[in-house]
Parts: sequence; structure tokens; C-alpha cells
Amino acid sequence: MKRRGFLAVTAAAFVAGCNKIADSDAGSKLLGAAERWHKGAHRLLTDREALAPEYPRSAISPFFRGNGSTDPQNGDYQAQAADNFANWRLEVRGLVDNPMQLSLDNIRRLPQRTQVTRHDCVEGWSAIGEWTGPQLSVILDEAKLRPEVQFIVFRCADKLNGQDYYESVDLIDAYHPQTIIAHKLNGEPLPIRNGAPLRMRIERQLGYKHAKYLTAIEAVASLDDIGEGQGGYWEDRSGYQWYAGI
Amino acid sequence: MKRHALSTRIWHWLNLVCLVVLFMSGLTISNAHRRLYWGDWGFAPEQAWLIVPRFPDWMTIPGYYSLAVARDWHILMAWPFALLLLFMWVAMLVNRHFKRDLMTSPSEWKPAAIWHDVVQHLKLNFDHEGGKFNFLQKLAYGLVLGVFLPMMIFSGIAISPGMEPTFGWLVELLGGRQSARSLHFIFAFALFGFFVVHVVLVILAGPIGQIRDMITGGKSDEA
Repeated sequence: MKRRGFLAVTAAAFVAGCNKIADSDAGSKLLGAAERWHKGAHRLLTDREALAPEYPRSAISPFFRGNGSTDPQNGDYQAQAADNFANWRLEVRGLVDNPMQLSLDNIRRLPQRTQVTRHDCVEGWSAIGEWTGPQLSVILDEAKLRPEVQFIVFRCADKLNGQDYYESVDLIDAYHPQTIIAHKLNGEPLPIRNGAPLRMRIERQLGYKHAKYLTAIEAVASLDDIGEGQGGYWEDRSGYQWYAGI
Repeated sequence: MKRHALSTRIWHWLNLVCLVVLFMSGLTISNAHRRLYWGDWGFAPEQAWLIVPRFPDWMTIPGYYSLAVARDWHILMAWPFALLLLFMWVAMLVNRHFKRDLMTSPSEWKPAAIWHDVVQHLKLNFDHEGGKFNFLQKLAYGLVLGVFLPMMIFSGIAISPGMEPTFGWLVELLGGRQSARSLHFIFAFALFGFFVVHVVLVILAGPIGQIRDMITGGKSDEA
């Protein structure tokens, strides 16, 4: 048991050293830089329109797990759900020449894309589902982005641990052909657990990018004034990587 | 000629730092979802082939549960680890370390010869006739350098959703995303197993001389 004690002490000292490095200014900059190197390498190696794998319908998981918020209790969400989301509006705003308020009917009348894709949670699990909805690019084109737009921010109806959920992507992922605003899962209206009535699908990134309970799409030039400035709920709250392709 | 080339020594110690950080931050990542699956998807206990025990905080980086910080470390150290392995392979091929010391000849694969090596190891007799390494060492180092370490990189790339549009064939080759994740875990523990045996044998073979030689290079013992 003495040897195990020695091992634990050595490991603890090493862990403490790593914690010190991570907490230092230079250390945290280095850790952040690594994320950007990966993003740069991915963008260098992968075409901006390269598709995530799509599966046959037979590959769909028997149940699609919900995670994070699975039944929002804040605001008027429950009332809207009871009303079958008849008055739900998706606002398109920010640095656009043509701001819009889209109803679910407006969304359903746009050209639709259906894709059977795999959802990879940052925790490590995966599930496969069939998603249907218009491409985000169609809506952005309609809204007419101003030239200074760099990011698209997704606003959500749910609060997680008392804070608004939001996420963001750059224009490469916003205009990716598989980036859709899904209103159907496996041919049925999106269940509440999976983000009813609208959620994002950002197929080349991890699950926390796929904002649920979508209320607004906001075009911005910088993420500095959005939330705490890190680009998303998990990025602001827990230091998660903004680029979630790794 | 020195017993260990400078490139080998530099790689050996830097690689150790990378592997320790990658392994310990990997244990935190494992704690985030303690089940392993085969195929493309899986999320429920009944789909898992293994439920991994929870690793205590003293084994993990950081020393508390934070998936975000563990991923930061993992993502950072993946770069030097992969680039150093590439450097080591180029160096081994250029300075002929691979051909001279690691490549096995057909005669070494005879059961009698292998058995002889096993018996000598069990008797803790580490004198080898002729070459620098005996068969079991060549096999172990060859597997680590040629299979275990590269597999960590390939299975790591296969877990990355951003890489899949380009390296989808790699994900398929490894049997799907969740299989790749399982293999990443299995090879990490294979490397941990190697580490334990390696350290035990170094201790048995005289740790001070072995560690000194791996730092200074030492003198060639069979010139």
C-alpha cells in the first residue's frame, strides 16, 4: 500500500502542476491556442462544404436521447407547447437588411432537407436520427447578411441552471449544406425532449452546438457582446471549446 | 556510438510527458460517459459492452471533474504527441535504429527461440547475446511504436466529428465512431500496461544505470 501511496502523491503533485499551468495566463492562452490549431487543421484538410456521413433509415437509433434541457419550465414555453406551438416565432435579426419573423408554417413551406445523421455528444455517446428542415443558408440569404457579419448566434427559449442557452457558429458552418433548422425527427414533429418546435443541426460539430428550442437567429460581427463573450452557454459557463469539431 | 541515440532520448522523455497528460486527462473524459459501445452509436447501459469504473480525482487531469478542462489538455497534447511520433519514426528509419534493433528476423519467430526468451525473462536474466534487444523487447517496442501509438492517433482522429467528412474511411475501417472510441480506450490501456511492465523491468534491470543511459546516452555495451 506504501507504493500506491507514493504513486498517488506523485500523481497528485503532477496534477497540481497541471492545474497551476492551466490557471496561469500563458497556460490558458496555450490551451486556447490548441483549439484554434485543430480548427485550422480541420479547415485546411476539409472542404468547407464536405458532408458529415448520412446513414440509411435502417440505421436510426430506436430512441433519441435528450440531454441538457429536456422540458423547459421557464417563460411561456409550457403554454406554447400546450398550444402546439401555434404562435411560435423564429426571429431573424442583427446585422441583416431584411429582419424577419417566421412562423412554423413559414418554416415548413421553405425548401426542406432530410438527412439521417449521427449526433455526437461531447460526453462521448452517439445517436442516429432523421432530421428534416430548411437549410439555414436559405433563411440567411433571404435576410440578406451585411458584409461585416462574422458569426450567426442561435437564441433559445430554455434556461439551463438559470441562464439562457445560446450558441454560435461562423459563416462556414452556418452556410454548410447540412446545417438545417430541424422541425422533424424521424418523420414526426420534434419531441420536446429533443428541442421542439425548432432546433439547429450543425452536423460537423458536437451536440452542444445544436441549439434546441430555437427562438432567434442573430447575425453579428463579433461575439464579444454576446453572453460572456465566449460564444455559447457551455463556453461561457464551463470553458468548453467554441470550435466543437474535435 | 552511444547506447541510445539523441533522437531516441529526446523522444522518449517528451513522449512520456505527452502520454502522462493525455492518459490522465483521458481518464476525466472517460468519467464524463463511463460506457463503451461498438458500432456507430450507443448511449444506454444495455447497449454498452463495458461500463468503465469511475477514476478518482488523484488520477485525473484536472484534479477535479471538468470535462472542458480535460478536453483542453487532451486537445493540446495531441499535437506534440503526434508530431513527436512522426519525428521518431523518421529518425528511426534514418539512423537505422529500426532496422538494426527493432526488426525481427524469421529465425526469432521460432517457438523454441521465443520460449527461450520467455524463460530468460522469468529468470530475470537480461543479458542478451548479440543485438541490443531480445525478441520479446523487439516485439514489445515494435508493437508500441508501430501499432499502439499510431492507433491512438488514428482512433483519436476517428472520434473527431470535424475530421469525419475527410477521414470517413478511417471511421469505417475502425468499425464506426463508437468502435473507434472503444479502441481509443483499449489502446490507451494497452499502453498503460506496457508502461507498468516497462517500469518494472527497468527497476529489476538496475534503474539507475538504465535511467542514466536514457538521459546521457550511455556507452555502447556491445560495440
